[in-house]
Amino acid sequence: MMHEPKIIGFLCNWCSYRGADSAGMARLKYPPNIKIIRVPCSGRISPELVLRTFREGADAVMVLGCHIGDCHYSTGNHRTAKRMPVLKKLLEYTGIESERLYINWVSAAEGEKFATVIKDFTEKISALPPFVETMK
Amino acid sequence: MNVGEVSAWAAENLKDQGVVVARDYKFMCSSLGQELIQKDIKEQGLTRVVVAACSPHLHEATFRNACSRAGVNPYLFEMTNIREQDSWVTTDKEEATKKAKALVAAAVGRVAYQKPLESLLVPIDPNVLVVGGGIAGIQASLEIANSGQHVYLVEREPSIGGHMAQFDKTFPTLDCSACILTPKMFDVGNHKNITMLTWSEVEKVEGYIGNFTVTIRKRARDIDEELCTGCGVCWEKCPKKVLDNVFEAGMGNRKAVYVPFPQAVPKYPVIDRENCTYYLKGTCKACEKFCPTGAIKFNQEDQILTVKVGNIILATGYDLFDSHRITQYGYGRLANVFTSLEFERMSNSAGPTGGKIVQRDGKTAPKVVGIVHCTGSRDKNYHEYCSAICCMQSLKFAHLVKEKTGAEVYEFYIDMRTPAKTYEEFYHRLLEEGTHFVRGKVAEISDAVRLPGEEGKLIIQVEDTLTGNQLRVPVDMAILSAGLESRHDAKIVARKFGISCSADSWFIERHPKLDPVATMTDGVFVAGACQGPKDIPNSVAQGAAAAARVLSIIGQGEIEIEAATAIVDEVTCVGCKQCIASCPYQAIQYLEDKGKAYVQEALCKGCGTCVGTCLPKSISLKHFTDEQIVAEMIGAMKVMKSFELMEVA
Repeated sequence: MMHEPKIIGFLCNWCSYRGADSAGMARLKYPPNIKIIRVPCSGRISPELVLRTFREGADAVMVLGCHIGDCHYSTGNHRTAKRMPVLKKLLEYTGIESERLYINWVSAAEGEKFATVIKDFTEKISALPPFVETMK
Repeated sequence: MNVGEVSAWAAENLKDQGVVVARDYKFMCSSLGQELIQKDIKEQGLTRVVVAACSPHLHEATFRNACSRAGVNPYLFEMTNIREQDSWVTTDKEEATKKAKALVAAAVGRVAYQKPLESLLVPIDPNVLVVGGGIAGIQASLEIANSGQHVYLVEREPSIGGHMAQFDKTFPTLDCSACILTPKMFDVGNHKNITMLTWSEVEKVEGYIGNFTVTIRKRARDIDEELCTGCGVCWEKCPKKVLDNVFEAGMGNRKAVYVPFPQAVPKYPVIDRENCTYYLKGTCKACEKFCPTGAIKFNQEDQILTVKVGNIILATGYDLFDSHRITQYGYGRLANVFTSLEFERMSNSAGPTGGKIVQRDGKTAPKVVGIVHCTGSRDKNYHEYCSAICCMQSLKFAHLVKEKTGAEVYEFYIDMRTPAKTYEEFYHRLLEEGTHFVRGKVAEISDAVRLPGEEGKLIIQVEDTLTGNQLRVPVDMAILSAGLESRHDAKIVARKFGISCSADSWFIERHPKLDPVATMTDGVFVAGACQGPKDIPNSVAQGAAAAARVLSIIGQGEIEIEAATAIVDEVTCVGCKQCIASCPYQAIQYLEDKGKAYVQEALCKGCGTCVGTCLPKSISLKHFTDEQIVAEMIGAMKVMKSFELMEVA
């Protein structure tokens, strides 16, 4: 059954948030499900923040940052690249589909990529049952 | 979206979150809009403000200032993006309105937890670093130096001048390129406010706007600059000829000790250690023997210099597209296929042929010449973008060929792009000069004879898209108007200076329309072709523009830096040092006596990577604390859930 998923996106201020702005400037359309929260760097996102977001009933969490090597803070996103895959594995282990946590790199210039990523991901998540139901 | 509905909804539904007044005003960023906010703050005693409008990257500063003027700390303001990230990307109006409500609720939730912060004021070091001594860097350096500020101009090659020094004529005026460039180079070389560091590269950049510390490697020239008079005896006597692939584009030779061209600035030569007989075999030293001032110093060592600057201008230029990549054009395989830069050197009277346009044999003048536009540009296989200069450059070539050899000239173009002052007139001049224009992208250049009259010629195969005919045009010489591409090491340079690159590795400006020379990193500016393909007038304009931006910052004397830094809670810190390992800036110290971590505020850039790492949650990032982020998330989630319930009902 398809449903309207609730998605929270943590986007770094310098690349991905601007990538989202670029998508807007180019008037590229994507589903409204994602609500974006701006953080300085994807490295700011602790596993706990992701879990808190699931606890509030989010169907999926996206963490988007600068491409490796392009981080505004030089190596902040290296932490994301190491931390988040581990968290994905742990989610799977606890019975939460790991695809509910999505990590990718979107640069400020990649408005098109941003829109595509959001479109595809929203579609994928709406095919999953709502998160709260899987937790029952 | 229905903004009125969003504001009415916020006034009604977010009352318990502390919303006192919600307004809908079309131009909140205008002075009237800002006054509206200030009036509300004063009359209603507001302590926090949320604006739902465009991207905070555009107007966060505007509204922070407005709040500040009305006595509310700028960090008690929050902006949410309902334009770029909502109304402009959502097809369904009702959905967009709902999303806006969620975003407003998130911002309102967050702002309640925001704390007043004071930003640090730091003095601006008035010295400026300019990287790249091409025309853009030269212009920027001169503007700044003339205003009385000091410039460090770093250039990788032995001389400043850049690509412009290699060209013969400039379009559309047909000015001699060197004649208009070299006076400027001379001015740079002799300016009391410019420290020129050629044969040098920036190794490391630390710090932030107003206070950069830059480490520069001044490579060993093997010349004592104090003693050298630039007389030229060394390169006259040097027995080793080397193919000059840089300045002469492989068309001519230089010596192992050389200045790239006669008007080089500075006048000191460089010893090319890879080719110098002394360095290869241990003997020779002819240059040392003949040097009248004893200025040759073999085995000199690189110098590492550290300079302090407040602002940086990057003017690192471009690389020419490598025409070898288009194998069907035969460059490198067919002798008489030339690149644009090879042609420039050939046409230049100071160049390897003394300005004679001849075939690769060095003597035969061509009777028919074909000029191929868009080599590597406007082509999905290579570069999708237009290189901006090739049409005009090709027209210039056609004129020069005709003028110097009387040859018949064919221009093969996709579209003729001449969009600047007096450019179109130049095109018309060429039309009248009898150049043949064929509209079509060249498919192939070959020497395979198929028809009589093609023997010994290069055959350019093209579809004339205006007549629909397939043409085989036999020519004696083909010139590939190669496109511009970003420097091969642009990404490395961008990383060094903390700025970003586009997918094609051009440096990204802060705003493509309204802030074309600033970057997202405060205090780092870009000028010229490193930002994207452009011609000389535009590079000069950007050089001057970047200089003006820098001077306006220097004029302010001091500047505010980010107040959102990390802070350690000493009570809960267990001294595990994980944060220290995670910090990209070495901003966290370990206090041995206390066994705790400590953040040096002036070094912290506020990325929060340490916060994401800290297990006991002892570090927090001001303005991006867990409770602020969680409140924002909960604000959005609540609204989304409430809409869901309404739908179920």
